[in-house]
Amino acid sequence: MASLLDTVEHAQVAERVSAGRSWLQGLDPRAKVASTLAVILAATLSRRLTPLVVLLAMGLATALASSIPLRRLAFRVWLPTLLFTGAIVLPALFLTPGEVAYRLPELGWAVTVPGSRTAALLVARVLTAATFATLLLLSTPWNHFLKALRILRVPTVFVVILSMTYRYLLVMLETASAMFESRRSRLVARLSGREWRSLTTATAGVLLEKSLVMSNEVHQAMLARGFRGEAYTIDEFRMRPADWVWTLAIPVLAFAAVWLRR
Amino acid sequence: MASAFPCRSLGERMAMSSFDVLPESQTLSVPPGSEPSPQMPVFEVRDVFYRYEGVTALEGLSLHIGRGQRVALLGANGSGKSTLLRLLDGLCFPEKGSIAFFGEPLNPNRLAQDEFSFAFRRRVGIVFQNPDVQLFNPSVFDEVAFGPLQLRWPKERILQRVSETLEQLGISHLKARPPHRLSAGEKKRVALASVLVLDPEILLLDEPTASLDPQSASQMIDFLVGWRGGSKTVVMATHDLDSLEDIADHCFVLANGRLVGEGSPQQILGDQALLARTHLLHVHRHLHDSGEIHSHPHRHRHCHEP
Ligand SMILES: Nc1ncnc2c1ncn2[C@@H]1O[C@H](COP(=O)(O)OP(=O)(O)O)[C@@H](O)[C@H]1O
Ligand SMILES: [Mg+2]
Repeated sequence: MASLLDTVEHAQVAERVSAGRSWLQGLDPRAKVASTLAVILAATLSRRLTPLVVLLAMGLATALASSIPLRRLAFRVWLPTLLFTGAIVLPALFLTPGEVAYRLPELGWAVTVPGSRTAALLVARVLTAATFATLLLLSTPWNHFLKALRILRVPTVFVVILSMTYRYLLVMLETASAMFESRRSRLVARLSGREWRSLTTATAGVLLEKSLVMSNEVHQAMLARGFRGEAYTIDEFRMRPADWVWTLAIPVLAFAAVWLRR
Repeated sequence: MASAFPCRSLGERMAMSSFDVLPESQTLSVPPGSEPSPQMPVFEVRDVFYRYEGVTALEGLSLHIGRGQRVALLGANGSGKSTLLRLLDGLCFPEKGSIAFFGEPLNPNRLAQDEFSFAFRRRVGIVFQNPDVQLFNPSVFDEVAFGPLQLRWPKERILQRVSETLEQLGISHLKARPPHRLSAGEKKRVALASVLVLDPEILLLDEPTASLDPQSASQMIDFLVGWRGGSKTVVMATHDLDSLEDIADHCFVLANGRLVGEGSPQQILGDQALLARTHLLHVHRHLHDSGEIHSHPHRHRHCHEP
């Protein structure tokens, strides 16, 4: 539950951070979307660790230049990514055949050199992609992001689904926190762990139902005000020299790093 | 989960809404042949049935709403008021029966046409009961600018209309705030602003004063009393019998999805039996408890909504 609330907060911080004016925030959304996609592609293609570390350092530098709090990146992006990807690649550590690097003391399982390389590579790829995607989302107002996708020829239906998903998520999380607060205010006694879990499960069902009805209403409210699947914003996008530099330089750097260390 | 999507499947609606950019010239035209004669009703609802996955919401409903009328839809919770407003706004479509807008049928095919849809959305605005569903933009400014942007007004015009509307509703100071973190009264005003910015001819309102504190509610009523002028039409779902005479000149009373009464506010307020039958009396007495003399004997046992 606490993590759900954090996510709400996260989304709201995204709105606030992107309203501020700093380096990344001032760039044209199209430039950001294009270069982010390029970096993610480069990271996915990379077969070595060094270029990924270079990319990650670029990401960090960008975050610093754009006053995006590193603590937030660390807790919201890196930690979950490490845990999640870590759990997935754990078996690779032991199962990839090769020279033994380390043997677990009690169990005697062997961590192999190629195994640890594969695992590190996977984690680094995901970490890089996640960092750049987060930088994009934290520095771009949501409606600008959607509009940029449309300009880059992402199909309308996909953009509508994405925009609905975002609203849906927010609505669901807000409903959830309201429901839990009202629950908590009505509960006097402390609940045991099991009672909490069953309460949570029951709430989740109601919540899903409620938020589906609500997200449908949100969609109706959008239709009622003339929404037809196209995202418009009051700000016109304008590519300035800095935007072009960014659009060209970042992908070139990313691919150069990957290619040079192939 | 299908039951949670009352109108059409999301996919269907999305298929309706995917289209590519239109030439500028088509954006604000009035639908051809719809220049209304003075007698032509704004809405003509004929024998409409509507069901939500087994729950019947409207059953053989027929009514007319004339140009410039201020109409109150009365009825207990669940009587079908919100459903009717959604049908009138072309957000859902009747299972049986028909709805005409200035004589033109209101159906999915018609609304899928850009020309009709632009004109219709421009002329008819709806304020939902729950402002949370209506507020989905990152700031109050974006929220109010959303409608004009969708209708592709020129930028200067949007900026000007948005600031006029914010001014009119006294919410200019909230411009940069995220709408979902405002108070209930502020949210309601932002929701209203987001619709009024298009200067609609027809305003559909779902319980505009529900869940507002007395002061916000009376501000809202003052606003509605003042918002008229010639050809403006208002259709409003309400439980507020107290201000009925100020805000409406015609009432429809719904019960279980059927029309059970119709008339001027005076006629409806005078009809004890009707009010009692439709569970509206309790509300009336309650409001009168606040000090006013009240002339209606209270002889009704209520079934409260859970
Ligand atoms: N999304 C929905 N799904 C299923 N049933 C619904 C839904 N919305 C409303 N209903 C039902 O339709 C009937 C009419 O509801 P509604 O139009 O909201 O009434 P009112 O606005 O007068 O309170 C009620 O019986 C209600 O339970
Ligand atoms: Mg209702």
